[in-house]
Amino acid sequence: MSEAELATWTAILAAMVRAATPLVFAAIGELVTERAGVLNLGIEGMMLMGAVSAFGAAHFGLGYTMAIAVGMLVSVMMSLLFAFLALGLRANQVACGLALTIFGVGLSAFVGKNLVGTPVQPLPALEIPLLSDIPLIGQGLFAHDILVYTSILSVVAVSWVLFRSRVGLILRAVGENHDAAHAIGYGVLKVRCFAVMFGGAMCGLAGAYLSLAYTPMWVENMSSGRGWIALALVVFATWRPARALLGAYLFGGVTILQLHAQNWGVPVPSQIMAMLPYLATIIVLVLISRDETKIKLNAPACLGKVFHSGR
Amino acid sequence: MLLRLENRAEPSRLMVFVAPLLAIAATVVAGGILFAALGFEPFGALHMFFIEPISSMYGISEWLLKATPLALIAVALAVGFRGNVWNIGAEGQLVMGAVFAGGTALALYEVEGFWVMPLVLIMGMIGGSLYAAVPAFLRTRFHANEILTSLMLNYVAVLFLSWLVHGPWRSPEGYNFPESRMFTDSALLPALMEDTRLHVGALLAPVAAVVSWIIVSRTFLGFQIKVIGMTPAAGSYAGFGTNRAIWFSLMYAGALAGLAGAMEICGPIGQLVPTVSPGYGYTAIIAAFLGRLHPVGIILASLLLAQTYMGGDNTQIGLGIPLAVTQVFQGMILFFLLAADVLIRYRVRFDRRTRRVEAA
Amino acid sequence: MNEHNSDAQDTADGPYRLELRGITKQYPGCLANDSIDLRIRPGTCHALLGENGAGKSTLVKTVYGVLQADRGEILWEGKPTTIPNPAAARAMGIGMVFQHFSLFESMTVTENVALGTGDTSPLPELAARVAEVSKRYGLALDPERRICDLSVGERQRVEIVRCLLQNPKLLIMDEPTSVLTPQEAETLFDTLRLLVSEGCSILYISHKLEEIRAICEEATVLRGGKVSGACDPRQETSASLAKMMIGADLAKPVRDMDATDTTVGEARLVVKNLSVAPLMPFSTALDGVSFKVHAGEIFGIAGVAGNGQAELMSALSGEILISQEDAVRIDGKPVGHMGPRRRRDLGMGFVPEERLGRGAVPDMTLADNALLSAHRTPGMTRRGLIRFSSARKFAEKVINTFNVVAGGPQAAARSLSGGNLQKFIVGREIMQNPTLLIVAQPTWGVDAGAAAAIHKDLIALAESGAAVLVVSQDLDELFAICDRIAVICHGRLSDAQPTQAQSVEQIGMLMGGVFHIDSTEA
Repeated sequence: MSEAELATWTAILAAMVRAATPLVFAAIGELVTERAGVLNLGIEGMMLMGAVSAFGAAHFGLGYTMAIAVGMLVSVMMSLLFAFLALGLRANQVACGLALTIFGVGLSAFVGKNLVGTPVQPLPALEIPLLSDIPLIGQGLFAHDILVYTSILSVVAVSWVLFRSRVGLILRAVGENHDAAHAIGYGVLKVRCFAVMFGGAMCGLAGAYLSLAYTPMWVENMSSGRGWIALALVVFATWRPARALLGAYLFGGVTILQLHAQNWGVPVPSQIMAMLPYLATIIVLVLISRDETKIKLNAPACLGKVFHSGR
Repeated sequence: MLLRLENRAEPSRLMVFVAPLLAIAATVVAGGILFAALGFEPFGALHMFFIEPISSMYGISEWLLKATPLALIAVALAVGFRGNVWNIGAEGQLVMGAVFAGGTALALYEVEGFWVMPLVLIMGMIGGSLYAAVPAFLRTRFHANEILTSLMLNYVAVLFLSWLVHGPWRSPEGYNFPESRMFTDSALLPALMEDTRLHVGALLAPVAAVVSWIIVSRTFLGFQIKVIGMTPAAGSYAGFGTNRAIWFSLMYAGALAGLAGAMEICGPIGQLVPTVSPGYGYTAIIAAFLGRLHPVGIILASLLLAQTYMGGDNTQIGLGIPLAVTQVFQGMILFFLLAADVLIRYRVRFDRRTRRVEAA
Repeated sequence: MNEHNSDAQDTADGPYRLELRGITKQYPGCLANDSIDLRIRPGTCHALLGENGAGKSTLVKTVYGVLQADRGEILWEGKPTTIPNPAAARAMGIGMVFQHFSLFESMTVTENVALGTGDTSPLPELAARVAEVSKRYGLALDPERRICDLSVGERQRVEIVRCLLQNPKLLIMDEPTSVLTPQEAETLFDTLRLLVSEGCSILYISHKLEEIRAICEEATVLRGGKVSGACDPRQETSASLAKMMIGADLAKPVRDMDATDTTVGEARLVVKNLSVAPLMPFSTALDGVSFKVHAGEIFGIAGVAGNGQAELMSALSGEILISQEDAVRIDGKPVGHMGPRRRRDLGMGFVPEERLGRGAVPDMTLADNALLSAHRTPGMTRRGLIRFSSARKFAEKVINTFNVVAGGPQAAARSLSGGNLQKFIVGREIMQNPTLLIVAQPTWGVDAGAAAAIHKDLIALAESGAAVLVVSQDLDELFAICDRIAVICHGRLSDAQPTQAQSVEQIGMLMGGVFHIDSTEA
């Protein structure tokens, strides 16, 4: 392999990791939410609000840490709006999620109007000593910004908490049988509210990553369906964190190949290539859903169901 | 918790009507606060948003023009929503309808005949329903969630249209702009009022509403869809086929969304352009909910939501407020509606005394 | 009964373990508990007796902290107290075994115990304690198995062990034997007697009079949300208890079972070697089920829930289709490939187990619910359009003929009591003149009056020449109305025998899976 080819492959690998990162965040957040039995279709809206507020904070000179925190905070506030309606007022979760997306798309475009076209310094890369010197994968995997590493760590952490800790046990219990959990005495709504907030925070990270690192700028609707792809990833992962990570990287790969195809002179129009991630999502969804019992076995049994305490 | 929900013995019929009105009122108040926060005089801004755009005959014609696609799509979506078929892909179906209709209109360029326009519209309906058949097939054959598949197809449809108008269908005399030729008159919808863009297609919205009402309230098929939506197990007990409900709901909504798309390009636009809809397919979802899934309610809701498009345009011009204010208002309406709906099934009690057992 | 005599308790053997005074709970449109008094002494088994809907569940949920009473006082070991939530109840020493288990299917026994006790010790340690307790009380359990792999009886043991790990002073058991074979029930009673001898109090909720007389020394009877009597059940007869519970003597319909052979009529339903895959990930497959139901007979299928009844019912109703068409025949015609509507055309009627949510749409009117299964009746629809007047008339006729207490054909199904809704559904099926009626759990959760009426209707239907298949967990019911009974266990069906030729013990053995005793001995 020539030096130039090596550099290309390294760049592709690095680009794939970057493309996957927002999906990892959003999918892991939604996975936790769904494990608690709540279907939040508002990822896209929360992500955009996280993106615009983190970008705004950075633009007004708050510094990266604060900017990311602002993005998360705003996104959590959006998720609380959902929690209030879907959990507090027992409204239909599908409708609430759609409302959150429509509202988030509009509000982010609205408040971000004056930020369009303004620049911001991208998040700096942190090269991991030694590892980043490995040829090919060193610069591809170990020379990223802090959020990329955070996304991987969050998968590990969520995995551990869900399957090894008491908190995870309770969370899964609430998602599997909310009536039983309630009868035993767990605060179903409280657990679910925290899960929704966690989902919100992760969407905030996903958004902040988009506007501060991936394409360091703010554009209306810049998530372009990533929130929905993340939802599909959760199904693809059969609600397991490690598989969600794998799925996100697969999608990262598809996205990047699509961009590089033009550089390689593949004679397919850019619009057709741009359909790839969406078509891939559909295909993946079809492949995984084909086996109905597999989904039934793995899906949280109370997913999307309204919980009535009372009698 | 200060706020407590108490089950009503029966869902309140009164609240079914009151809740949307409360939601609208709350949206107006919140909108006023939003305008005030932006430094505008709230009453003036609200007037500019809601009243001014429709205070002229031309304004009213534009208003009806924008309400038409919303109502067409929403009355059809509502049929599916009753059966728990969550078609979020009306936007894509609209675009595909426009593609089919536009392709037909371009193929019949400069062909005269009374049949051209109806054929173009019918092709639009076919395009929309064929596109809606994709999620229907994937759901019935592979159990793939129609929310996600239909939504993904929205992005695909928009990209497809974009490719067409950038490439094969680009107008030869269009100075390289990404748009098709202007359609010839035989493909265009005649105006309903002189000097306005309001076209005869607007008359189809009430027709679609009546058809939808008959389907839901009078036919056995509609009864089956309702049963499946309310209680899937009861539908299976009675032997009502879920697949038929899914296919019908999606194809019907696809056809009407496709019709709406065809009417947009054969009406106000007159050619294929990259953006044929300002999100009518999404807004129609709100219209369906706000209208209580009932055709009459949906027509009223579509009029209200069409107003938010008009208001967004008007405040952008008048006050320099970003156009996205339209979606902010739409999102707020839906939120407030979902919140107000709680009153249908529950009584809300505010009590500080928690439910404690009193000492005897 | 409504007077408090707080002096008396101190003179006896210490304070009561639990005393309720004037507990009142109002639901919208229903006074579930109306100033209820109840006292439980330490080391006794106290029965809470009442019909379905008498307010038993509401009362015990109040004691366990799941619900809060609107009025009234709870005294625990003599001291006034409040029980804000189940965790508080457990901390005080109250354990509860629910009728519908509060277990998590995909988790292990130990995980379920950890969740249910709030015990934060490491899981292996907890597993050891589970094993120890289950051994001591004769409740065999493997801590590592997942709930979904356990039988219903084993699941109940998980619930009990979960309570026992917390050394309860009061154990509440809600209809515990409804899911057990008679033999399993005996084993449970031994465990309960052991607990009582160790000083634990038990609040035993049931409407089965015989078992209350067998194990309880005190009883409080509820009727319509009020205390209708308190007694020592050992001093009472089943009839006197029933009178307290129901308020009047109730003539139970009895099937006239003379010695005539009921299998002489033509075979209306023939099931031959029917095998069906599990409906849900954790349920039971059907394995070669064969039986015949003849015109004019009531055929009963007994069995503990979860042994394949759901699969059998779906296969018979047509909700799932079967690949071998002739595994199910109606009047000789293979129907395995036919859906419910075509089977109805052949004269089949069907009453499912879940009446609200399968047999009826809760939010629809009774007229609409009539249409749900009777839409094949001529005149109900015309050219795809519904004829609402016909549906309304049909519903009205069902209401009048079967004495359904309802606010007319426009009343929502959910507004009916369980018994009245069941009468409506059974009536709706009978009105369609079925030649074959399949009924699952006809009187489960139904008050005694409605149960008697439904039994009467089923008997009348059979006597008019229809074939009736009843699938039930309630042995008393099957013995009262069936001509022949077979037992389903682990997806297999025993050979049917005439009812008179069988004893409860024999059926119980079969329910526990002991098939073909003679052949295994050979």
